[in-house]
Amino acid sequence: MKPTGIICGLLFASLLAIAAHAVEPDEMLEDPALEERARVISQDLRCVVCQNETIDESNATLAQDMRRLVRQRILAGDSNEAVLAYMVDRYGDFVLLRPRFTSQTLLLWVGPFLLLVGGAFAAARYIKRPVVTDLSDLSDEELVEVNVLMKETDGSDSQ
Amino acid sequence: MDDIQEKRSPRRWTAILPVVIVALLVGAFAKRLMDVEGGQDPQQVQSVLLDTPVPDIDLPPLPDRGAGLTTADLKRDVSLVNVWGSWCVACLSEHPLLMDVAEQNDIPLHGIAWRDEPSASVRWLARNGDPYDLIGQDPVSEAAIAFGVTGAPETFVVDADGIIRYKHIGPITPDAWSNTIAPLVEQLRQ
Repeated sequence: MKPTGIICGLLFASLLAIAAHAVEPDEMLEDPALEERARVISQDLRCVVCQNETIDESNATLAQDMRRLVRQRILAGDSNEAVLAYMVDRYGDFVLLRPRFTSQTLLLWVGPFLLLVGGAFAAARYIKRPVVTDLSDLSDEELVEVNVLMKETDGSDSQ
Repeated sequence: MDDIQEKRSPRRWTAILPVVIVALLVGAFAKRLMDVEGGQDPQQVQSVLLDTPVPDIDLPPLPDRGAGLTTADLKRDVSLVNVWGSWCVACLSEHPLLMDVAEQNDIPLHGIAWRDEPSASVRWLARNGDPYDLIGQDPVSEAAIAFGVTGAPETFVVDADGIIRYKHIGPITPDAWSNTIAPLVEQLRQ
């Protein structure tokens, strides 16, 4: 292998290292399908100690214990929703990293779209605002000044 | 000049809009800051388990310390449940208050030794005093998760029917004890 190949390989390996997770080998379930479900559920659950990490990527001991509990519930026959509901019963909606659509989170979900529509409305009004073309209020001197200015811009445009 | 002033006047309210927005933001941030100062930390998660029965637990005892802690123990009397660990610095700062509480009151005070080596828990209690009536070991956060615990120390007030009535997050301060927890216990006992 050429040196560049080796370097590329090492760089790629370092990328994989960034994506590493906190799940320890002895925590994993033997059945790959169930383990995959556990990973999916864990990525939706907040580590309540570190707060902005999922329990899948957190090294906190409580996160580790929550991962173990998720796997216990799966082995006990719970569906993914039932496992999430189990955690919500104890920690509230806060434990979900993807907030549910409820009356309390309505503004959170709809707010950005309201802002977007409001902004578009304001922008449309601004763009469509009438351009002043009525020069009848101007005095003679002002008209002369306007003409001078218009000629100046015409001149610069033609250059 | 007067004409120009007059023409602009219908749209002048938009000129103060940025000032209004900034004032609203400053107000919102200031309120949040003052909430945190006043002890309402938005990082603290309010328990959803308030006014619900204590979860089912059956925790083993520490070595040489009689019985552990079960759900049945929490249904006899108004009681306090303190989640603690020998590894927890804040628990050490709270400890003198718990010692006082145990000495001056007859409220059952139970401990959950959270994620701790049993020998470390025993040594810690020998060194700092033991205010607890019953202690259950919780080596893999079984009880901690069931109680919705996010960190140690946390203290629950449980009524005589085993219903969780209050949760205090962090070390109990003398203020929190005399203004909130003690009056609540008194009220629940009547």
